[in-house]
Amino acid sequence: MTQESGTARLTLPVSQRDHQQGPETAPVTLVEYGDYECPYCGEAYPIVKEIQRRLGDRLRFVFRNFPLTQSHPHAQHAAEAAEAAAVQEKFWEMHDYLFEHQRALDDAHLVQYAVALHLDEETFKREMTEHAYANRVREDFLSGVRSGVNGTPTFFINGVRHDDSYELETLLAAIEAAMPS
Amino acid sequence: MLSFDKDRRENQLVKDEPSSALQPGTPAPNFTLHNTPDQSVSLSDFRGQPVILAFYPADWSPVCGDQMALYNEVLPEFRRFNAELIGISVDGVWCHKAFAQDRKLHFPLLADFEPKGEVAKMYGVYRRPDGTSERALFVLDAEGVIRWSYVSPVGINPGADGILTALEALKTEELSQ
Repeated sequence: MTQESGTARLTLPVSQRDHQQGPETAPVTLVEYGDYECPYCGEAYPIVKEIQRRLGDRLRFVFRNFPLTQSHPHAQHAAEAAEAAAVQEKFWEMHDYLFEHQRALDDAHLVQYAVALHLDEETFKREMTEHAYANRVREDFLSGVRSGVNGTPTFFINGVRHDDSYELETLLAAIEAAMPS
Repeated sequence: MLSFDKDRRENQLVKDEPSSALQPGTPAPNFTLHNTPDQSVSLSDFRGQPVILAFYPADWSPVCGDQMALYNEVLPEFRRFNAELIGISVDGVWCHKAFAQDRKLHFPLLADFEPKGEVAKMYGVYRRPDGTSERALFVLDAEGVIRWSYVSPVGINPGADGILTALEALKTEELSQ
């Protein structure tokens, strides 16, 4: 009933509902619970990119939403924007765009980014107004809470929470250690 | 003379307080603490619903901030179980007020401030050398009996999973009765 260091596990397995980069058959799956407005997630963003570059097809990366909405006033809408982009097949483009523009995530900027990524602007605006993906974001959040995500970013390597730092060398070494030899 | 008084006082406190966190099955000791400069809250006010007591060492320290921010986000889930969340630390009311405003917390923070740590001591979660409480969680049922308790390493955010599991177990039990 309690989480000891190193024993927290992903309770919601990676599935078709997830946004994934890299092959399903990759020996290691890295899951990040993140918040687009969180500066630490902003720090982790280029690190994950570099790890993906180095490991290529040996890594599958999954991003799930964990917006801390009271601390980060734009985090919820930013997460919904990425989900709206996903429906138009542009999840990762929006994910990257948001992390690269972390300091400007208000609603007007989100629409600008949707336009920059050639999303259908009317659909995007309508879905944002209707909060069409709010439940999906909450689902991600709760799956994180039940898996022992206490703050962002939290990483899981093959379903086990990574309790060490997310600095490049540390995170990369932990991922490599999880590779079958 | 002074040191004699001090020793006697400490001995007395040690004698009256449990040596470790109160365990499941124990009736939760009642208390009344200030939540704002001019309002106080008693545990007995919440009889009839589950209560989550979250003792934490201090306002503003990074881990507490994250823990309270997390609970703030999970609040709708706690409320689904009709559970009330109460944060408790030895900080004073003005400190709590500033902290709660800054973090936009939507649950009460109680000041275990005078006599300092008295409630933490009753629950067996006072850290004498630090002068703060442990990072300790208690889930009480509607009758005010402790049903789950957990003391986290002080630097580690215990998260909300244990609380939710305990609330679910209470709910299941209630439905089966």
